[in-house]
Amino acid sequence: MKKIALANMNALYEAIAKDMNLYVPIDNKASVNYAEWKQGDTPVFDKMTVRSAKDAFFPQCENMSTFSRDDDNRIIIDKIKLTEKDFVVMGIRACDVKAVAVLDKVFLSEPVDTFYKARRDHSILVSLSCSRPEETCFCSTFGIDPAEPKGDVAMYIVGDYAYFNACTDKGEKFLNGVSGLLENANDTDVDAAKAATREIMTKLPLHDVTTDGWGAGVLEEMFNRPEWEELSSSCIGCGTCTYVCPTCQCYDIRDYNGSNGVTRYRCWDSCMKSDFTMMAHGNNRTTQLQRFRQRFMHKLVYSPTNNDGEFSCVGCGRCVAKCPVSMNIVKVIKTMGGKK
Amino acid sequence: MCDNKISTNEALIPHVAKIINVRTQTHDVKTFAVVSSVDGGVMFDHMPGQCAMVSIPGVGEAMFSITSSPTNTAFKEFSVKRCGILTEILHGLEEGDEITVRGPYGKQFPVETDFKGENLLFIAGGIGIAPLRSVINYARANRDNYGQIDVLYGARSSSDLVEYEEMTKEWANDKNFNVHVTIDRAEEGWEGNVGFVPTYLKELAFDNNRTAVICGPPIMIKFVLGGLIEMGFNKTQVYTTLELKMKCGIGKCGRCNIGSKYVCKDGPVFRCDEIDELPNEY
Ligand code: SF4
Ligand code: SF4
Ligand code: FES
Repeated sequence: MKKIALANMNALYEAIAKDMNLYVPIDNKASVNYAEWKQGDTPVFDKMTVRSAKDAFFPQCENMSTFSRDDDNRIIIDKIKLTEKDFVVMGIRACDVKAVAVLDKVFLSEPVDTFYKARRDHSILVSLSCSRPEETCFCSTFGIDPAEPKGDVAMYIVGDYAYFNACTDKGEKFLNGVSGLLENANDTDVDAAKAATREIMTKLPLHDVTTDGWGAGVLEEMFNRPEWEELSSSCIGCGTCTYVCPTCQCYDIRDYNGSNGVTRYRCWDSCMKSDFTMMAHGNNRTTQLQRFRQRFMHKLVYSPTNNDGEFSCVGCGRCVAKCPVSMNIVKVIKTMGGKK
Repeated sequence: MCDNKISTNEALIPHVAKIINVRTQTHDVKTFAVVSSVDGGVMFDHMPGQCAMVSIPGVGEAMFSITSSPTNTAFKEFSVKRCGILTEILHGLEEGDEITVRGPYGKQFPVETDFKGENLLFIAGGIGIAPLRSVINYARANRDNYGQIDVLYGARSSSDLVEYEEMTKEWANDKNFNVHVTIDRAEEGWEGNVGFVPTYLKELAFDNNRTAVICGPPIMIKFVLGGLIEMGFNKTQVYTTLELKMKCGIGKCGRCNIGSKYVCKDGPVFRCDEIDELPNEY
């Protein structure tokens, strides 16, 4: 374990930003979100970011290739260069770290998504142990310990110090690179803070949410439950829940016709949207009930069926906080879960 | 036998392809033969039932079954029905024009395993003949591997029949190969059968000692499957294909997800008992 006085953090940011891009949570007055650190910025580590760290690996919009035509109308394809520069994302909470593992399963399985892989290969994840979980947090439902996040390096902010523990070789190398700024510390220095966080977790409003009744192999039973009707009736299909979700990975591929040719890009999409499954000759999910059900069945039944029981919700609570009609995965889990 | 893994770097980057032939099949179906613009080759290997993403840059991209057989090593063919913006513009293209193609995607028909040694019964409606033509011509090229072959094909009218020439002039002349064509309503000059595919199927009264492959509009598939079951077929003897919206083709964009399956990689070919395990939203 290493530590640095919070008063000296700016020197650490400077040292990192010298060779790499550094992304940290920044309060831009409108919201707290990850942004590239610039001299003078003060990261905000005690608030949950509105959007997750997903953007760093799977941006909302990214170009994939460009097409142009030569004088004979022949198509010329130019590939987009993959990320080559190392970058650090600092301050990722345990739930979002787990979410990156969920995305890895999707994008790094064959055939590998090279855009995503390049970013993962060049990234260093500095996670953050939660000291102030929010009222909407329920990561423990999915077995995540917010006090002990993973990533390449785990960071703990306790008292006047930030503590760092390397979790991977990459993390070890990273800490060695800035070792001049760090002093040795004891693992036990952060134990009391971890215990305090775990204590808070047991008192949060959503602490007793369980996944009973959900998981692999309950497709038929859950799909046909009558409760979907009532649950989905208020959903306006805005897609907010999917955009703020750190594990939602659906995307669209589109062409932009510019003056210099065509740019093919991909952008986040949402299964909650009415045209998500629309084909030229039909649509297989025509009602909001079907689309609503798809989102939650995917996270709570289909994902675990395909991934050894792993849910694709990490309990970050973003959809709970942001849905304009106060519908969310917790209500779905509870309404149909085994507890009832 | 077909382990043409998609090269990882190229997962979403297409090949540029040149149209070398356009056949007008019906008022709304054209068949395009394409080769690589770079070397005149077939761009990639595929197996019957697999699909590819065809695109006109700036217009859009959509998934089509590869209708040519892998045994055709000169070009790849796609039969395209005009029903949206992309297909409308595709229909306006001519020999020499370029498009892009990426693939192959999805699971093949088990031509080298479960189909081997079996009698085969292909049942198609309208453009549904496109994916089956690949299997049929593959089976014809490897004739000794399969038993009796029957094709039951139907369309709305005689002018809606796709690949009619090929099936009546080539397939029907093969040994142990019968072609049964039907149209929905009587027409002057039509001497073949008149009636819907499911009805004709019952009239033909096939025994159940064969593997059946169905492709066509969902409603036809439903009634044909029902008919086959009545005729003593087991769902494990019947194969079909599902069609859902697709974008990536590689199981990542979530578009074609149904139940715990992704039609672009786990399908489009399914055995009918496997379909029973999917939620009813296809
Ligand atoms: S559940 Fe809420 S946030 Fe999600 S699409 Fe429906 S209304 Fe929007
Ligand atoms: S479904 Fe909601 S709570 Fe679960 S990971 Fe996504 S945004 Fe967070
Ligand atoms: S088309 Fe993208 S997951 Fe199937």
